[in-house]
Amino acid sequence: MKVIEIKNLTKDYEVGFWRKRKVRALDDLSLSIDRGQIFGFLGANGAGKTTTLKLLMRLIFPTNGAAQILGRDIQDVSMHERIGYLPENPYFYDYLTAREFLDYCAQIFGLPATERKKRAADLLARVKLDERRWDTQLRKFSKGMLQRVGLAQSLINDPEIVFLDEPMSGLDPVGRREVRDLIAALRDEGKTVFMCSHILSDIEVLCDRVAILKRGRLAQVGYLDELRRKTEGPNRMEVMATGTDARKLSRHLPKTEIAPTPRGLRIEVASEDQIDEVLAALRKAGGKIVSVQPVTQSLEELFIDTPKAN
Amino acid sequence: MDTTASLTQSHTRTEARSGRFWRITAIARNAFREAVRDRVLYNLVLFVLLLTAASIFIGELSGGQERKVIVDLGLSAMLLFGVFIAIFVGVGLVYKEIERRTIYAVFSKPVGRGEFLVGKYFGLCLTLLVNVLVMAVGVSLALVYVSRGWDPLILKIWPAVLLIYMELMLLTAIALLFSSFSSPALSALLTFLVFIIGHFSADLKSLAVSLGSTGARWLFTSLYYLLPNLANYSFITPAAHGHAPSPSFVFATALYALVYIVVILTVATLVFNRRNFK
Repeated sequence: MKVIEIKNLTKDYEVGFWRKRKVRALDDLSLSIDRGQIFGFLGANGAGKTTTLKLLMRLIFPTNGAAQILGRDIQDVSMHERIGYLPENPYFYDYLTAREFLDYCAQIFGLPATERKKRAADLLARVKLDERRWDTQLRKFSKGMLQRVGLAQSLINDPEIVFLDEPMSGLDPVGRREVRDLIAALRDEGKTVFMCSHILSDIEVLCDRVAILKRGRLAQVGYLDELRRKTEGPNRMEVMATGTDARKLSRHLPKTEIAPTPRGLRIEVASEDQIDEVLAALRKAGGKIVSVQPVTQSLEELFIDTPKAN
Repeated sequence: MDTTASLTQSHTRTEARSGRFWRITAIARNAFREAVRDRVLYNLVLFVLLLTAASIFIGELSGGQERKVIVDLGLSAMLLFGVFIAIFVGVGLVYKEIERRTIYAVFSKPVGRGEFLVGKYFGLCLTLLVNVLVMAVGVSLALVYVSRGWDPLILKIWPAVLLIYMELMLLTAIALLFSSFSSPALSALLTFLVFIIGHFSADLKSLAVSLGSTGARWLFTSLYYLLPNLANYSFITPAAHGHAPSPSFVFATALYALVYIVVILTVATLVFNRRNFK
């Protein structure tokens, strides 16, 4: 079931004071996202990720196109009862304590006092915010701590879909790991997560499907394996070997790509069928096999290689 | 079947209305808490110091007029301090939220833009109410002090206090309207101008009548009707002389303030509804 449907969403900004001109931040974006997925929304700075999220959160209005979340138009205020949102570099009321801020958010959803208190404590514990800081004003919080409070507030209404804009920003390695586990747990609970990021390793580990935006246009969308296969071909294999050198081995494997690496020689072949040939050549050159594995393109390679959509 | 459907619909509508009430209350309470934590109410300390000094010293200098001076000084200070809060806190109410991007987390929740504005407005009105009440109690105590006991003038000042509070509510709505589309500095200047011109509203009308040019007459007449007539809320000097406004006058000015505030907040919501938060 599709829980997010975006159709031809376009946003132009006007820039300049006297001579105004239009800059297209998002260009004809169409996407649909299934329930229960972690969807990674990738793009370089200024690619249009935050613009998309702001449009979905009705902070800005589209120049063209429309979007539906949970079957309702994004301008429908009541739809927002069922979603959560963590803004990029979250700024919250710095005169409130973490606990008070969550209580305020829960009040907006009309939760009774006892429930508010319980949810605030549960969520602050869940995002692993040190309990001694729960009653500290947010002005004294570090960026990482604010990020945790931001995550907690996005979950205060037990949403069906959570939109996270750069959820790992400002976190140390331990924090990133914890947030990664939290996001995975949200999926296990059946929630859909729409996550914007440019930290590729996190997307790679967490996301089921990804979309890559380039200069406001959708360049790629699909399951990670699919995208990798699309660009790289399904059967490429990599053989790592030691005990010989590239010059000696290339005499027996004249048309194969051989690259020396700190771990030994890396031999890449187009398909599994060529592995026997490599093994025979290695035997002749006096080398030893370390490993044989399929070649996968990292998300980074995919990200950099992705051309701007036509 | 139809009855069930209409009952369900009416239940949903009631729920939506009560949800709106709680959201506005939450936003208002938060705006009040912000004002308190930003030490807005510290102006009360200054007010109390001023009043204490006046009670002790001015009475000796004013030849038996100390009660009048206390009321005059106390209520004028109440208006002045209130105007400063209404303008300077009022113009920052929305602007600060946009500038600090705290508005992002709020609007991702089921909060209508109008609800947000109204909530912020009531939050500042609550701050002003506390301010005005504490000050009015202060003036009353100062009267008790200089009269060495109960003073009937105490009862006369409260209707004037109510009128001052209505004026502050009006000004807050105007500050909020300006801040929904312009910068704090410009909003503060414009609100201050409305405050000044609003007190000379009657002069605008007489100016319009005395002018020969039709265009100028039209302009000043429009301004007279467009800008709030704040002179109606100025009852400080009569109160100092022991006069209280009639209940019908208080009722009429309250109704005028209510209608004006509703119109201003509606316009502010319409403007705010169209804003992009880049």
